[in-house]
This record gives sequence, structure tokens and C-alpha cells, in this order.
Amino acid sequence: MIGVIASREWKSLFLSPLAWSVLGVIQLILAWIFLAQTDTFLQVQPRLAGMAGAPGLTDLIATPLFGAAATFLMLLTPLLSMRLISDELRNGTFSLLLTAPVSMTQIVLGKYLGFMGFIAVSLGLTLLMPLSLLLGGSLDFGKLAACLMGLFLTTATFAAIGIFISSLTAQPAIAAIGTYGVLLFLWIINLAAETGEQSGRLFNWLSLQSHYEFMMQGLMRSSDLIYYLLLIAVFLLLTIRRLDNRRRED
Amino acid sequence: MDTLIQATNLFRRFGRRPAVDGLDIELARGDILGFLGPNGAGKSTTMRMLTGNLAPQGGTIKVNGVDLLEHPLEAKRSLGYLPEAPPLYRDMTVDEYLSFAARLNAVPKGQQLDAVLRAKERCGLSDVGHRLIGNLSRGFQQRVGIAQAIVHNPTLVVLDEPTVGLDPNQIREIRQLIRELGEQHAVILSTHILPEVQTVCNRVQIIHKGRTVYSAKVADEEAAAEILLVAFDREPSLDDLVSLEAVQEADRLDNGRFQLRPYPDTPISALAERLVASGWGLRELTPQRRTLEQIFVELTTREPVA
Repeated sequence: MIGVIASREWKSLFLSPLAWSVLGVIQLILAWIFLAQTDTFLQVQPRLAGMAGAPGLTDLIATPLFGAAATFLMLLTPLLSMRLISDELRNGTFSLLLTAPVSMTQIVLGKYLGFMGFIAVSLGLTLLMPLSLLLGGSLDFGKLAACLMGLFLTTATFAAIGIFISSLTAQPAIAAIGTYGVLLFLWIINLAAETGEQSGRLFNWLSLQSHYEFMMQGLMRSSDLIYYLLLIAVFLLLTIRRLDNRRRED
Repeated sequence: MDTLIQATNLFRRFGRRPAVDGLDIELARGDILGFLGPNGAGKSTTMRMLTGNLAPQGGTIKVNGVDLLEHPLEAKRSLGYLPEAPPLYRDMTVDEYLSFAARLNAVPKGQQLDAVLRAKERCGLSDVGHRLIGNLSRGFQQRVGIAQAIVHNPTLVVLDEPTVGLDPNQIREIRQLIRELGEQHAVILSTHILPEVQTVCNRVQIIHKGRTVYSAKVADEEAAAEILLVAFDREPSLDDLVSLEAVQEADRLDNGRFQLRPYPDTPISALAERLVASGWGLRELTPQRRTLEQIFVELTTREPVA
């Protein structure tokens, strides 16, 4: 059942021009960054050749590329996730799911996985850029995998927050704005951490950015993984609870 | 009897106002229930509760013997529901949409294609399978909504105003379809078109302010003559008429006739004998059937007795 809902969600995203334009825009901008980084690398390559322990292709091209991709996805995910549930609430199509023999958990997971399938496509396309470097050089696959994993988990977190906020309102625009608010807040919450106090450490831990940065350096720390999985689980549970309550309170 | 749905003492409140207040519904196989009531009486709320779209705050619902609140997944297999606004994904084609509905309702893989074909055929959608739902006319969209509700061959079909927005030909087709559904399943049908109930349904239930105010078999309701029109050669006074044992109420109409309301369960023949025996020269006696419309208006405009 989860698969049925997920595949409909995945296909329906590809039916909307919004999703295609988002995919197009993100590819265009990332390709530009990729080219600029490649250009920089070519300029500094002679000097790097003489240095011991110098940063390689992956550090100079893939890492900045994925770093930029995270920022763009933060800006674009809310636009895509805003309709996930609010559209169904507004058009009344949600009752099709509610009448069917599927649980709320299956509905939410199905929608979430369908959406992540779409995200996976856009990450796959992004990944092709650094992979194209294999034509003329070699890559640090471990580091690349860490970057990709970090980007995927970060986007998965964006999406979990997006689906929750989309379940709060029948107005997609409000869902988008709400999601922006939460994502940006989680991104910059560590600005307050500069003080180094106890609360500062908490803010730093809460910040999406600080966890993402470790992964960009190729560090897969279990605390970061737990942080992402925790956030995703919490927001998906909140979505399920919220929709169940909606059936009760309404 | 093969009870397909049994809802007892349903209760639901919105804010402080009770929308559904102690409602009972019971349907057996072969029943087509016309569910009537003025706007805001709680019809849609009741239907949403019966189909698991809204949790009741009190009462129990059993679909096919399975408790909807305790075992929702199992109970919902036997349910098909067309809400007031058909739940259509406008960017899917009719075929895609119906096969999604079939898969969602756990139709076994090998039978999905058949199920979709049959639902399309029954709802007259065979020619539009490849078209986008968003581009179809209102009538066709309504039919897709009905097809969605019956694609998995549910034992109980709940239709909230299924003939709204259809032209007279389409209405006839849909009514025919509902009659066919009623042969094997149970159907609950809400509508504002009262003749529709008389042509399609075998039972009628009128609700007002969340309570049942009338419930009858359509056949009974036609047989019961509750008012008689009479005319005499020599007019008696109203008091004379009321003093007859069998007469509960009498009224003089403008055209020289009287309207009599006998006590319930009085045979008309007994009343006729009395009228003849009174020697006023009975000239005319016409049993008047109260139409569903009269019953509806009478029951839903008066204030309920506190």
C-alpha cells in the first residue's frame, strides 16, 4: 500500500510543471558552479602538484558543489513539498485515501517516500556532474559518498518538515512560507551559539548546518546520522498525529 | 437478515453545536436508503463518519459485522464512498485514476484490470478512459467519482448527492446504476431530489438537526393514507365530524369539501361506513396520500419537541 501511494505521488510530481522547472533550475545553477569550480581547479592545479597533502579534485569541486546544492534544495524543497498534503485537503481528494483500507502511517510514509523518490532523481542528476570528472581524473569515492549521504539526509529532513507543515494548512502558499521559516531558522540557529555557553552548544547541535558540514568533510559521525533520523522521524510522526487528530477534531 | 451496516447512537459535535445527535442507521443487503434532510441537518457528517473520514465522538459503527473504529482497515475494504466533492486527481487520466483506486482498495493484482473495466462500463466511461479527468465535463467527473466508489465491489456504497450536476439522461443512467448496485449491495444515497428517493430507494430516512425524524419503507409510506377528502350533499358542522369516533381532526376546505384525518390504524372502510350511517349524503371520498415532500416539509420546519 505504501508503494501504491508512493508511486502515485512520484508520478504526479512529474506531471506538474513546477517540479520540472525546479529540476531544470537546480541543474542549471549547479552546472554553473561546477564549471566555475572546475575552472578554479585547473588554474591552481600546477601549484597543488608541488604540495604534499594538497586538496584533491573531490575537495575542490565536489564538496563546494554539494554545499551549494544543500542551500538550493533548502530554497526549493518547500515549493515542492507545499502541495503534498494541503492540496489533497483542499481538493477533497484526501477522502479517497481515508476511505481506502490504508492506515494514516501508510498514507504519510507513502507520500513521503514518493517525494523522496523525486528528490533522489534530482540528487542523481547532480551526482553525474562530479562523476563526469572520472573522464580525466580520479575521485575520492569515500568522501563523495559522505557528501551525497549528507545532502540526501539534509534534503530528507527538509522534506519531513515540509510534509508536516503541508498537513497543517489547506493553503499551499502558507505551507511553503511556514516551511521556509522553519528551515531557515534551523539553518541559522547556530548563529546564537557563538557565545560558547551551555545553551550555545544546544543551538549548535540543533542546527542543520553544523551537522551537514561534518559530512561535507567526509566525516560520517553516528551523532549526525542520529540527528537527521531523529528529526525525520519526529516530523513524520507529527504529521501522522496531526492528520489523525484532524479526523477527530475537524 | 444480512446486516451490512449497523450504526448505533452516533454522536458528533462541531464546537458546541451537535451536528449528529444519537443517530441510528441499519441496512441489509438489497437495501437502498434515501437519506434526506435539509442542508445542515448532518447528512454529510453522518456519511463521513460511516466511511471512516471523520471519527464519531460517540456510538458504534459495524460494517459487515466488523467494527469500523476498532478494525478500520478490515472494515474499509467493504466500503465505497463518493463525497459531496468527488475526490478526483485532475491531472490523471480516468484509467490511471481508477486503477490507482483499485490498487488502493486492495483489489488483488490479477483482477485490477477487470475491476477497472467493469467500473468504467457500469458508469458509462468506456470511451473516456484515456482522457484527463480535469478536461472532462462535470457529469463525467461525477461518474468517475461513482466509478471510484464501486471499483473494488464494496458491500456498502455511500453516495453523497450523486446526481448533482448531471443532465436528465445521465440522472436516469445513474439511478439505473444505483438500482443495480442495490441488488447485491447496500446503498446509502443522500439527495435533495425527493422523487429520486421514490423511484430508486426502498427505504427512506429523514434527519433534522442530527436526529432521525422519519424512517419508513418507501412502499409503506405510499400505502398509508393519512388524510381523506370527503364531500356531502348536506354539509355537517365540523363538530359533528370530529364527534365521530374514528376522526381525529377535521377541516373545512374552500371548495366545499372536508379534510379528515382519521386516527392511525383506522381502516378506511370503517370510517366510510360511519360517514354513510350519519346520513349526510356522502358523495365523495378520496384517500389523500401524503407525499414525501409534505412529510419532509412538515418534519423539518417545525421545531422539535424539547
